[in-house]
Order: sequence, then C-alpha cells, then structure tokens
Amino acid sequence: MDFGQFLSYIASGTVYTVGVTLIALPAGLLIGTILALFYVYGGKAAARVMNLYSTIFRGIPPVVLLFILFFAVSKGINLSAFWAGSLSLGVVSSAYQMEIVRGALLSVSGDQLMAARAVGLSRMQAIRYVVLPQAVRLAIPPWSNEAAIVIKDSSLVYALGVPEILRRAQLIGASSQQYLLAYLSAAVIYFLLVSLTTRMLNHLEQKLSIPSNP
Amino acid sequence: MPKPILTIKNLTKTYGQNVIFQNLDLTVNEGDTIVIIGPSGTGKSTLLRCVNLLTRPNEGQIWLDDLEITAKGTDEDQVRQHIGMVFQNFLLFNHLTALGNVKLGLTRVKHLSDEEATEKALHELSRVGLADRADHYPGQLSGGQQQRVGIARALAMDPRVMLFDEPTSALDPELIGEVLEVMRKLALDGMTMLVVTHEMGFAREVADRIVFMEKGYIVEEGSPDEMFNHPKFDRTREFLWKITELYGKKEKEAE
Ligand SMILES: Nc1ncnc2c1ncn2[C@@H]1O[C@H](COP(=O)(O)OP(=O)(O)OP(=O)(O)O)[C@@H](O)[C@H]1O
Ligand SMILES: [Mg+2]
Repeated sequence: MDFGQFLSYIASGTVYTVGVTLIALPAGLLIGTILALFYVYGGKAAARVMNLYSTIFRGIPPVVLLFILFFAVSKGINLSAFWAGSLSLGVVSSAYQMEIVRGALLSVSGDQLMAARAVGLSRMQAIRYVVLPQAVRLAIPPWSNEAAIVIKDSSLVYALGVPEILRRAQLIGASSQQYLLAYLSAAVIYFLLVSLTTRMLNHLEQKLSIPSNP
Repeated sequence: MPKPILTIKNLTKTYGQNVIFQNLDLTVNEGDTIVIIGPSGTGKSTLLRCVNLLTRPNEGQIWLDDLEITAKGTDEDQVRQHIGMVFQNFLLFNHLTALGNVKLGLTRVKHLSDEEATEKALHELSRVGLADRADHYPGQLSGGQQQRVGIARALAMDPRVMLFDEPTSALDPELIGEVLEVMRKLALDGMTMLVVTHEMGFAREVADRIVFMEKGYIVEEGSPDEMFNHPKFDRTREFLWKITELYGKKEKEAE
C-alpha cells in the first residue's frame, strides 16, 4: 500500500466527521437557542431549570454523556450509530451553545427591548426583530469557538464504531503498524477542517458587522 | 374648552419600600407642551415610564383620551402605539439604518406594506431634516442625528402624545440646538408633548406649563411667566435659579 492509498483511506472518514458536525452543531444551536430564550425571558423558574441543565451537562465529560445518551437513545428508538452519535453530541453541545446565546441575548436586551416595546412591538416581536438580530452578531465569535470544539469532539463517535477519521486512522495504523503516521495524518485533517471553519465564520462575522464610523 | 389627552389621577409608584411618588395628579391637554423639571432621583423618568406602561404604577389611574390605560386587561401594545417615547440615550436599533429604525413599527405594528412604510418613514425623516441620512446606521450618525431619528421613529406611529425623557442631556452642547429646534417645530405644529428637560430656554419659549417636581411631589406648576417671574414657593425659585445658572454656564462654555 502506498502513502496515497493510506492517506485516502483515513481522509475518506472526513465525510463522517463533517456529517456528524453538520448534524450536531445545528441541533445544538436549535436546542441551545430555544433553551436560552427560556432562560432569559421565561421567568425565574425556567431560569433555574436551564441553569441546572447547563451545570450538569457542562460538568460531565462529553464522552461520558455521549455514551449515556447513545445507549438511552438507541434503547428507545432504532437509530444508526451515526445518527444517535451525532444527535447525542448535539445535545452535549446544546448546553454550551445555550450559554453563548444567553450571553448574547443579555448583552443586547434591556434598553433595546424597552425601546422596541415603546414603539408598540409585542414582547415576542421585540425579541424577534430587535434583540435576536443583534444577539446573533455578538454570538458568532464564541460560536466559532464552539464549532471548532464540536468538530474535534466528533472524533468521540469513533468509540461508537462510526468509521470517521480517527477510527480509520486507528484501523489502518494497526494493520500497517504505522501508528504515528496514521495519527499525524488524522491530526492534519482535523486541523484543516477546524481552520477552514474558523476562517469561514470570521468571514461571516465581517459580512454581518454593522457599519459604524470610528 | 381644552380637551385632555392625558389624565393622571392619584398615581402612586413604589419600588419595594421606596416610594417614588404618591397621589400624583397631572393633566395634559391637546396641543400642549408640558415641561417637567426637578432634581435627580425625583421620579420624572419613572412617571414617563408609567404613562407608557413600561412600568406598572401601584395605584391610581391614567387615561389616554377616554380610555383608562391602567385598567385591568388593557392591551399594552395597543396603548404604546399611540404614545411616542424619546429616550435620553436615543436607543436606536443598532442593527437597522435610520430608515429601518423608523420603518420597523410601521411594518410590524401598523402592518403597512414595505412600500407604504418606506414612503412614510422618509417623510418622517425629512421632518427632522435627515432624509439624506436614511441609509446610515446609528453608529454612523452624530448624537444629535441619532436623537432626531429617535424622534422620527416615534412620530411615524402618529402618536396622540409624545414623551421626551431628557432628550438632550446626553448630547455635546453643540448638538443640542438641532434637537431642540425639531422639538420646537413639533410643538408649533400642535403636537401634544410631555417633556422632561433642563433646557430652560426651551421651557421658557415653548412650554405652555412648567411642572416642578421634587421628591415625588409636584411642588408647583404654572406658565413659564408665573414660574420664572413670580413662583409661589421659594423652592421653585431656588431650583430654577440653580438650573439656569448651571446650564447657562454650559452654554457659555460651548461658545
Ligand atoms: N427599576 C427600578 N427599581 C428600583 N428603583 C428604581 C427603579 N427605577 C428607578 N428607581 C428609583 O426611583 C427613583 C426615581 O428615579 P427616576 O429615574 O424616575 O428619577 P428622575 O427624576 O428621572 O432622575 P434623573 O434626573 O436622574 O433622571 C430613584 O431613586 C431610583 O433609584
Ligand atoms: Mg430620569
């Protein structure tokens, strides 16, 4: 086997890594945003529940949560390891994304919300048209960080047998006895994925930035 | 016979143990400009926020025209449409252009079409002399321009009454004039206005009545002539003297 074949075997796991990320990250964003809205605007009781959710989920190693969710989910419904793993990772990420969105909502809210209400917008409208659009912009830099974490954490689904990059590196490393080369190849691919994503999000941040004079 | 637009009766507001004002009465007639003055922490902002239902008074009633807006089950959003509010720190929507700021209420609250809203918003912006800044974001405007957009945003809803909470006190002295000029024009056009300000030149010239509030009470109210030239209470005279002195100095510095 030449190096080209060796590398392409590992690299073909990228499909899974990207797939897991593209499911986990939006799922986490959706759940996280909804929970953050409850956290900030849902009153004291909701805030307490959300705080508990956040504390628990962020206090357990992602891989442990992944196993728990994976076995809980696959006991109930018949999902492939790929889907169950991706969704579980999404739930893990949701706690972090909730904190990101919450922080952004809080730093916009208050006065902007009051000004919108004064014009006659309902609370829901004020959140939708005034607070959220500004919060999204504030959330992009920390969210970019979380995206990088999810890409890297997607390697955890290898433990569930999903043939993503790390899993393949391990397999081909064992069969060829070229462990170092295999893991270095995996590292390079992860690194490229993360820097590409970060760069794209930087670009998005600049594109969405609100014009102002210095 | 003057027609009351805003009637405030026995209004009481407390924050916890802290009584902000108690049994406050105030009537604003159609077309009148009422200027409220008074020391810091007296409850002027709280009063305006109560009128706009941004905070709930503990007791008392407020009528807008013949509607008691403090009654249980009042549609607050409906009421606020008819009351314009201008804030000390402008509070423009930062992610929207000047045009977008004025349009938001028109499209989302009044449900005008995009075209109608644009037309109306441009009209309001030209009323405050900013039609040529329609596509500027708040961050690209001076404080005075931002405040004028704030006024246009409130005017666009065709309010029955406009509330101003120290609209010029966050502005550099050289930018105050343009905002006061817009307000003066509004008053002349017959808009009903309730204005908290310490711009005594404006009060003297434009106000139909000046209300002096202190520690949650209305100490005295009257026409500018009564208040400046023969106030009933020494407190009023002292306060007016102090405020004129203070702001007079500022004006001199600006020159
Ligand atoms: N949300 C609130 N919770 C508790 N206390 C408040 C709140 N808002 C205002 N207060 C208190 O109410 C009092 C009156 O405040 P208010 O802002 O109405 O005064 P003001 O006359 O507008 O003063 P200024 O000239 O400084 O603007 C102050 O003592 C303030 O600390
Ligand atoms: Mg105030």
